Formats: sequence, structure tokens, C-alpha cells
Amino acid sequence: MKTTPDNSGDVRLSKISKTYGSFTAVHPLDLTVPEGSFFALLGASGCGKTTTLRMIAGLEEPTTGTVRLGDQDVTHLPPYKRPVNTVFQSYALFPHLDIFENVAFGLRRRGVKSVKKQVEEMLELVQLGEQARKKPHQLSGGQQQRVAVARALINHPKVLLLDEPLGALDLKLRRQMQLELKRIQTEVGITFVHVTHDQEEAMTMADTVAVMNGGRVEQLGAPADLYENPRTTFVANFLGTSNLIEAEVGTRSGDDLVLRAGDGKLVLPTARCTAPAAAGGKVLVGIRPEKISLTHADDAGEIPAGRNRLTGKIADASFIGVSTQYVVDSPVCPGLSVYVQNVERDGRLVPGADVVLHWSPAHTFALDAAQAIDAGTGEEVAA
Amino acid sequence: MPFLNWLKRRLVVIAGLLTLAYLLLPNVIVTVFSFNKPKGRFNYEWQRFSTEAWKDPCGVADMCGSLSLSLQIAVWATVGATVLGTMISFALVRYRFRARGAVNSLIFLPMAMPEVVMAASLLTLFLNMGAQLGFWTILIAHIMFCLSFVVTAVKARVMSMDPRLEEAARDLYAGPVQTFLRVTLPIAAPGIAAGALLSFALSFDDFIITNFNAGSTVTFPMFVWGSAQRGTPVQINVIGTAMFLLAVLFVLVAMVLGNRRNKQKA
Repeated sequence: MKTTPDNSGDVRLSKISKTYGSFTAVHPLDLTVPEGSFFALLGASGCGKTTTLRMIAGLEEPTTGTVRLGDQDVTHLPPYKRPVNTVFQSYALFPHLDIFENVAFGLRRRGVKSVKKQVEEMLELVQLGEQARKKPHQLSGGQQQRVAVARALINHPKVLLLDEPLGALDLKLRRQMQLELKRIQTEVGITFVHVTHDQEEAMTMADTVAVMNGGRVEQLGAPADLYENPRTTFVANFLGTSNLIEAEVGTRSGDDLVLRAGDGKLVLPTARCTAPAAAGGKVLVGIRPEKISLTHADDAGEIPAGRNRLTGKIADASFIGVSTQYVVDSPVCPGLSVYVQNVERDGRLVPGADVVLHWSPAHTFALDAAQAIDAGTGEEVAA
Repeated sequence: MPFLNWLKRRLVVIAGLLTLAYLLLPNVIVTVFSFNKPKGRFNYEWQRFSTEAWKDPCGVADMCGSLSLSLQIAVWATVGATVLGTMISFALVRYRFRARGAVNSLIFLPMAMPEVVMAASLLTLFLNMGAQLGFWTILIAHIMFCLSFVVTAVKARVMSMDPRLEEAARDLYAGPVQTFLRVTLPIAAPGIAAGALLSFALSFDDFIITNFNAGSTVTFPMFVWGSAQRGTPVQINVIGTAMFLLAVLFVLVAMVLGNRRNKQKA
């Protein structure tokens, strides 16, 4: 069922923007989604991700710019003339039609005469063959979700758009459907563009993630790349959790950059610093909580040389099964998060204990200090 | 006290039955008296059982003519009010235009206005326009007062409709016309049907507005009113009973169809 690689399933957005009166939902934006890829637009509500998706679907006309599918300019085509289908948030199944007719809807509108075989095959693919004659409201949330996917996929669109398709499901079912959607995408080879506010969902499913904030794409890349090398504080905080420590640029030694944080010094590869690294300049040093090791202050001598280290006192510890999450107050920075795998637990690591935090310079990144340090944490004051 | 306990347990049922009796008693009387053979011209006292009137329902001069006229007006008023009212409802819910708020409240004015006032002002209007009173003036008046009821019924339905359903239809290759016929209309249908039924019932038995604007034309309610002055033929009860039975039949058929559909689904 793989489509031929003639790039007709590429989605190319160039300079598209959308404004409503004085409000700009999407700032001029360039984006290319290669054919056959699973692409996620990730961001908090109101970041412009759904508007972008609707412009691809044709449900929203861009204020400026063009939308191309392969080599075809579809900017001014109505949705019913675009080879694109959508899985809507809350599914939008037709309540007056049964499951069979819901799935057959697109085929019938295009004048396909014998739909029975195709619809039955599609219902088998999503494991709903038994439910064909039921009405949507008689199905569970997960089943309705699969009907919505089947109803879109049966048309063999060049691009399938998914608008928060799993938002209404409970956690366990969502996990299951994530794998299911990924399986279907691999099987049919169609370009999927997926809008979500759930960073875990985006990282699990997508090949490429575009993180959106305030109508702009903050950063685009493979999930692991975004996670390991965030370039803005928003991405660092929105994708997982980051500890951000204010520091001052010191000297360079070879490929490494030496920073001063309080009276300690931190080292990182120059390449991992996205801020202008002039000596004396301010940067934010970032480190993921699971990259930090925790050693009791009494054993500080056993820490190998060459690692970044900070001293601190454990303020809080919560045991969550696979790991223990600590909050450590350091003189340099209060409230650092540290996740320690529960392999060999050190009984001395309890709230009040003096500890040394240490991690590899290679896991350290540095960001421009001109940004809001709490962007994307969900706790920042709305601008 | 066993009796008090018995009463306590069945109080809701008893109250329900009494209310139902209160509602249906007039219909029972009409039906019973359709089998009467009155002595004089007035059918107000029970004399003896007879099926004469049922065998010859159109035996009274002009009655069936007025009945047919009333049915025609009711059908056309229903069609007119339903089409216009549905369009108004969609406009009010879907579009933002300058006088939307005003239209929204003005549309309900005819429901609140005393009927006799509206009847008199309509007559003034028709006379000033030099219109010939008769079928058309009655029809125009009926469409007007039915409109508010249709708008109320349809608007509620359209408002609760998810706009994403129409987007989904457009996304699935349905053009504007197909989207309206295949998705919008079927989903709004229960509201439209309720509006149409209300219109038919209101138009068929309207007396006040019709009486003012009918000229020399006589509808069925006007005929009943007119004959009540001079004597009431039993055939009036026959027609009343027949209408009542038709309505009951209609409801029963709808219920049976609905049940069957639900059973198929399960």
C-alpha cells in the first residue's frame, strides 16, 4: 500500500501566517514535512498549532503565504478538493449515520460505486468489523477514535492530519492508541501531521517534532535531538524538565567553555552553547534531572575528576517506584531536580543530607540568558 | 392505618392518573357525543346511541368544505413557516450580522403579543394595502405567527450542533450542497419536524386571527363557532374525534418506529 516516492505527499508551507483582527495566531512560518514521515506539531493551547493544521486541511485560509502538497499549490482550494483528510479532536463522527456509513462517507461523496468491500477491509484494519451497524454513541471512546481514523484513511489521502486525536482518552488507552497509530502509519506509509500538547505523545510517535510557542516554531528536530539539545528555555522546559542555572562565561580551554556559577565552575563543550559566548556574558546552564548523579558529601572524594559538580542539601525526596525524585537546594540555585534510578539506594540520601551533584560536561547545555528562565514550565506568568 | 400507607405508596400514580384524566376528559366527551342522536339542534344532552353521524360525516352543509380549506391552509402555512423559520434559525446561529441581537428578540414578539391585538392590527394592515381578504390573507397571517415557534424549535437544535461535523463533511469531499443535505439537514431534522408539527396544529385550530382576516371565507374553527350559535351538528364531534384518533395513531407509529430502530442498534 506504500505510495510511490514522487514527493506528492510532501507538505510545504512557505511564509504562511494567520491573523484574526489584531491577534496573530501564526507568524509567517516555513515548514516542510517530507512524504511518509510522522510529523508532530507540539505546543501549549493557543500556540497556533491547530490553526496551522487547519490551514493545511483548508478549513482556514492563510492570511499570507502558500500551502503546497508536493508540487501542487492548494492554498486556495476548498477542503473538499484537497487530497488531505483529518481526524478531528473529539472525532466529529456523524451521529445520524452508523459506523459503516461514517467510514463510507468520503468514498460515496467521490462517487465510488461499490464501497462495501473497502469499508469492511478498513473496519477490519481498525478491528471494528463487528460494530459496522452501530451508531457512534454506542461505541467507547477508543472505538470512536478508531472509526475516525478509518473514516479518514479509507480515502487514501496524501496527508493525514490528526488534531489532538487522543486527547479525550484515558492514559492507558492513550498509550495503546499511540502504538496503534504508529503501526498504522508504518503500514500505510502516508504522511501524518499530528497536533498535540502532550510532549510524551509527540516524542513517542513522531519522527520529527516542531515545538511551537506564541505562533512561531521554536525548534524543529528529531525527538531525541530536541530533548538532548534544546536551543531555547521554552523547549528545555516544555519537553521534559530542565534545571537551568544562571552562570557567567569564563574562559575557553580547547573545545570546552568554562563557566562560573557562584564560586564553582562548570564546563561544557563550546558546541553545546547556543548563547553568544563572550567572556563575562550571562548564560543559563541546563542539565536534565536524570543526567545528574547524587553522592553523599562524605563520599565526595570518590567522584571522578572532570565532572561538573555542585554542592547542596536535599530538600525533598519522593519515591516513585522506578526512580526517586529529589529536590536539592544548592547555594548557586535552589530547587534543582534530580532523578535517581532505584538500583542501589543510598540510605543516607534523605531530606536534610548534604550532597554533591555531579554530571558529565557532555550532557550540559547553555542557553541565552536573555530569555525567561521559566518559559514553558506552565508556571510562567502569562505575558 | 393500612389505608394511609396504601395511599402513600401510590400517591404519585394516583396524581398522574388524575392529571391524565383531566387532560383527556374533554376528548372522551367529544367522542361519546359523536355517537349521540340529539333531539333538537344542540348536541349537549345525551339521548341515545346512534352511528348516523359517522355514516355521513359530510352531511352538514359547508362543513367538509371548511375542513378541507383549513387542512390546505395548515399544510401551506406549515411548509412556509418551516422553510422560512429554518433559514432564520441558521442565520441567527451561524452568522454575526449587525441587527442579529434585535432580530433574535423581535422574532419572539408574536408569541408574547395578545392574539386579538395582532389580529386587529393585521386586518388594519391588509385593509390599508387594499388586499382581498380570504385564503391568501389567512395563509400570510398563519405563516407569520407560526414562524416564531419554528425558530424556537430549530434554533435550539442548530445551537447544540457541533460545527466540526460540517467541517468533517467538507474534509471528506462533500461540497457545500452535499454537506447541507447529508449532514446539516439530517442532524437538524428533529428540530425542524417539531417546528412543523407545532405549526400545523397552531394553524389548523386558529380562530381569532383567522376570524379577523378571513373576509367571507370560512375555516373549520370558524364553522364550528358559527354553528354553535344556531345548533351543533353531531358531525362536528365526528371530525373532532377523527382528528384526535389520527394524532394518537401518528404518535403510536412514531413510537413503534423509534423502538424498532433502537432494537436494531442494540
